[in-house]
Amino acid sequence: MIRYVLKRTLSLVISLAVASVVIFLVIEVAPGDPAAFMLGLNAQPDTVAALRTELGLDMSNPERYLAWVGGMLTGDFGTSYTYRTPVGEMIADRLWVSLPLALYALALSTLIAFPAGIYAAARRGKPGDMAVMGATQLGVAVPNFWFAMMLVLILSINLRWFSAGGFPGWEVGIFPAMKALTLPAIALALPQAAILARVMRSSLIDILGEDFMRTARAKGLTRRQALWRHGVRNALIPVLTIMGLQFSFLLAGGIIIEQVFFLPGLGRLIFQAISARDLIVVESVVMLLVFSVVLVNFLVDLTYAAVDPRLRNRT
Amino acid sequence: MTVIPRKLAFASALALAAGIGSAQAAQTDITVALQLEPPHLDPTSAAAGAIDSVLYSNVFEGLTRFMADGSVVPGLAKEWDISEDGLTYTFHLHEDVAFHDGTEMDAEDVKFSLDRARAEDSVNAQKALFTGIADVEVVDPLTVRVTLSEPDGSFLFNMAWGDAVIVAPESIEGIKNNPVGTGAFKFADWVQGDKIDLVRNEDYWGDAPALEEATFKFISDPTAAFAAVMAEDVDAFVGFPAPENLPQFDADPRFTVLRGSSEGETILSINNKLQPLDDLKVRKAIAHAINREAIIDGAMFGLGTPIGTHFAPHHPDYVDLTHLSQYDPELSKELLAEAGYPDGFKTTLKLPPPSYARRGGEIVAAQLRAIGIETEISNLEWAQWLEQVFRGKDFGLTIISHTEPFDIGIYARPDYYFQYDNPEFREVMDTLQRTTDPEARSELLAQAQTIIAEDYVNGYLFQLAFPTVANAKIEGLWENAPTQATDLTGVRWTD
Amino acid sequence: MKSRSLYIGAILCIVVVFGALISFVWTPFDITLMDIPNKLQTPSAVHWFGTDHFGRDIFSMIMIGARTSLAVALVAVGIGMGIGVPLGLWAAARTGGWTDEIIMRSNDLIFAFPSLVIAILITAVFGASAVNAIIAIGIFNIPVFARLTRGSALSLWEREFILAARVSGKNAIRVSVEHILPNVMNLLIVQGTIQFSLGILAEAGLSYVGLGAQPPVPSWGRMLADAQTMVSLAPHLALIPGFAIVISVLGLNLLGDGLRDLFDPRIRVERT
Repeated sequence: MIRYVLKRTLSLVISLAVASVVIFLVIEVAPGDPAAFMLGLNAQPDTVAALRTELGLDMSNPERYLAWVGGMLTGDFGTSYTYRTPVGEMIADRLWVSLPLALYALALSTLIAFPAGIYAAARRGKPGDMAVMGATQLGVAVPNFWFAMMLVLILSINLRWFSAGGFPGWEVGIFPAMKALTLPAIALALPQAAILARVMRSSLIDILGEDFMRTARAKGLTRRQALWRHGVRNALIPVLTIMGLQFSFLLAGGIIIEQVFFLPGLGRLIFQAISARDLIVVESVVMLLVFSVVLVNFLVDLTYAAVDPRLRNRT
Repeated sequence: MTVIPRKLAFASALALAAGIGSAQAAQTDITVALQLEPPHLDPTSAAAGAIDSVLYSNVFEGLTRFMADGSVVPGLAKEWDISEDGLTYTFHLHEDVAFHDGTEMDAEDVKFSLDRARAEDSVNAQKALFTGIADVEVVDPLTVRVTLSEPDGSFLFNMAWGDAVIVAPESIEGIKNNPVGTGAFKFADWVQGDKIDLVRNEDYWGDAPALEEATFKFISDPTAAFAAVMAEDVDAFVGFPAPENLPQFDADPRFTVLRGSSEGETILSINNKLQPLDDLKVRKAIAHAINREAIIDGAMFGLGTPIGTHFAPHHPDYVDLTHLSQYDPELSKELLAEAGYPDGFKTTLKLPPPSYARRGGEIVAAQLRAIGIETEISNLEWAQWLEQVFRGKDFGLTIISHTEPFDIGIYARPDYYFQYDNPEFREVMDTLQRTTDPEARSELLAQAQTIIAEDYVNGYLFQLAFPTVANAKIEGLWENAPTQATDLTGVRWTD
Repeated sequence: MKSRSLYIGAILCIVVVFGALISFVWTPFDITLMDIPNKLQTPSAVHWFGTDHFGRDIFSMIMIGARTSLAVALVAVGIGMGIGVPLGLWAAARTGGWTDEIIMRSNDLIFAFPSLVIAILITAVFGASAVNAIIAIGIFNIPVFARLTRGSALSLWEREFILAARVSGKNAIRVSVEHILPNVMNLLIVQGTIQFSLGILAEAGLSYVGLGAQPPVPSWGRMLADAQTMVSLAPHLALIPGFAIVISVLGLNLLGDGLRDLFDPRIRVERT
């Protein structure tokens, strides 16, 4: 096991190193000069040059790469070109919106998907199953940003139950803040819930066909008891894997939803930063997202290996 | 534990109820929404109009200032003397003016601000406003003498810009995140990506504003903007981004809609050095192929004033030259044939993000297609637009609103992105620079406007409107936008 | 139920593909012509789906928009299969070796990048266009097909008929092409259908944020973006392109499920 952990850790480190180089290269070749962007139409060339020096943009690329990576390793993400504040602080601020939103959406998605998936599996082939499966087919097919627009149209503009966007901040209280995140969370959660419900159902159906389930039935448990005591628990492993992947997706995938609802989260930060060519912010946010995905995969792999020793020998 | 006598409690409840029913003291806080968030808070080192939209006149003040009608009036300088030769301006400053950090505002600060803006390593985005200054001299703590290298008819106008506000050397270090000015409001807090809070400056040297607190909220998405106003999450939206929604606000008694005009001449810029656009006949053909009414109607839902030259129609010296470029596709085809392009040609149309450009661009493309000119549209972000179009001059056509006030001077810069090079025009502008007599200036400006209209330098589309939607109980907001500003000093709630 | 998904899916797909194909020769209106006085009309006998903010016929735009969506998604799946499948076969043939390790780790790496962010970056670097949208979506299809191919090829390599082929002197490439590939084909078709539907969703998302096909080429995602500020004025502007997306994606998914049941119900399809 230790060997396996070491091997996976090494591969984690290599992945991150390669990712950082790729991110840096891609972003550095992007055309557009942050200094020119900030100074606008009437700026004179010498003014732009002065600002480039001030921002450290006249250093060579390897120097800037090393400064960036070295800084990140010591917890210093650098200073934003446009906002002139530490990038680490900006990201932390935005995470206070994006992270709760992702968790909220994940919770909603689980709350919808688990009962739906279990119900469908238990009633396999019957009308109830068909209805749930039909609904999930629809859920998978709906683009989340369009669903968000429809929610805004109906619940905000027509019924005025929710405000159509913006975030009041946590300091006004948990309830108003959660209320502001509700529509975005629903829009994000729905397609994910549809996927999760399908995984839950098929995983449960597989388990129900296993020998130990028949044994459990033979021991005198009712179908329902067997389903809950043995089935659901065993079906959870693939479901949790998907949830792990979905969490990273929700964190990054909120970008468009954050645009629709005007939430000051990571997604908006990256959009603003790209359009202002605030390269250091773009690099750091992308790196953070990559890091979270790689880390989640790593943890999922380790959990699997701990549960199932056979997996340790596979890559 | 204090026991409140029941009678008293009852009485206070009554009073409370009465208070709700009767006329309350007018509200003293306001939430104003703007589309763009400032990148930082130093108006003297970035072109971002969003900085001025929050801070101009509220937090920072200059020697002179713009009023809502675009006129230039005394600001921190209460009066000034101009020498006979027009080279020396002696400004007399207001007494007892203090910065928000308590330090005094005096002639040294004025000298510091102007010298900083014109210095070698200055990062002022409008450095050209200051290049005419030869020397700044402190006469006494309340008197500053500015010497120009040559007479400049627009010097007082230049000093009213947000880029020319007075800052203090003591607080310059942290200005980007903690702006310290002399204005009627003090900076309080900035939640990045969301809002900026200002509070009333109780020690303000001028008339105290009615508002005690002001919050600027940033909502870039037009749909969210619509919803935020509808839900009354914001009290006013200055520069409302979706003209298509204005009729809905008109119909709602809760709101007033101000349809002001901005300084933005929205033009179809033409690369005057690129073949075949370097041919006057071709540019004239393009100008006649454009149906301004359709563009204003289709892209701006009717909001905007047609222009025939690069000048704001609300300016007293504006000359209506739209007749030079009437919509006449038949004439366009003839002109193209005369120029040697009977079957038209292909060119690029590069569009920056605002909806006037994106929507207007699609309409222009359709109108040009009708006379045989095929355009390849590419939608660019601002950074790409600046790089490719503005600096790289790698474009055929583009649509852009030139929002700086009184910016016809850009046509005298042959290296400016549309690359118009006409010595006759430059001569007129040079003369204008040296002329202070209003009538002669007026004449010269009319001449300048006519030259660029007859040269069909660019396709002149419309003056960008500046819509503001506000709670009907608010008064004192600027209707027009003579400069990018949201001056709250005169804003109040009416009940 | 099996055949029902297949039929419903096939019918929906045929409707969309048919609409796209007809649009090459005929649409009710010419969408290059603007008719601004007649903008934002609700559906009527003349304009079946109404008109947009430039007075263009929405029905015609939906037809031509289908072309954009299908073309982008199809080419993106092509890129994913064209590169991913050979890589997967190669990795499986060299299992345990460094080639396998490098291929699979690069796949993991691509998977780790938030796809939308990268798509935005790609278009920010190279400009927004349908071609760059295809590349951005295509790149993320590569690891999906590579993993799937490698996974099922690995189990095939243990089978006797493959051993027999190896013994008869065929090299790894020939074995992969002649024996492994035909046996994973069904699986690839099913996954391809699913990726196709995801491609349509991705194209809509990219166009919605302005990074897909550029005007005047209509695209469903951009129609939604254009409709956004007018949603309270003219809801049909947002409803109709949304339904078009849902119908195509639903059709492809049902078709995929139906095909899977037809070929082999045990096949598992990745859907995240």
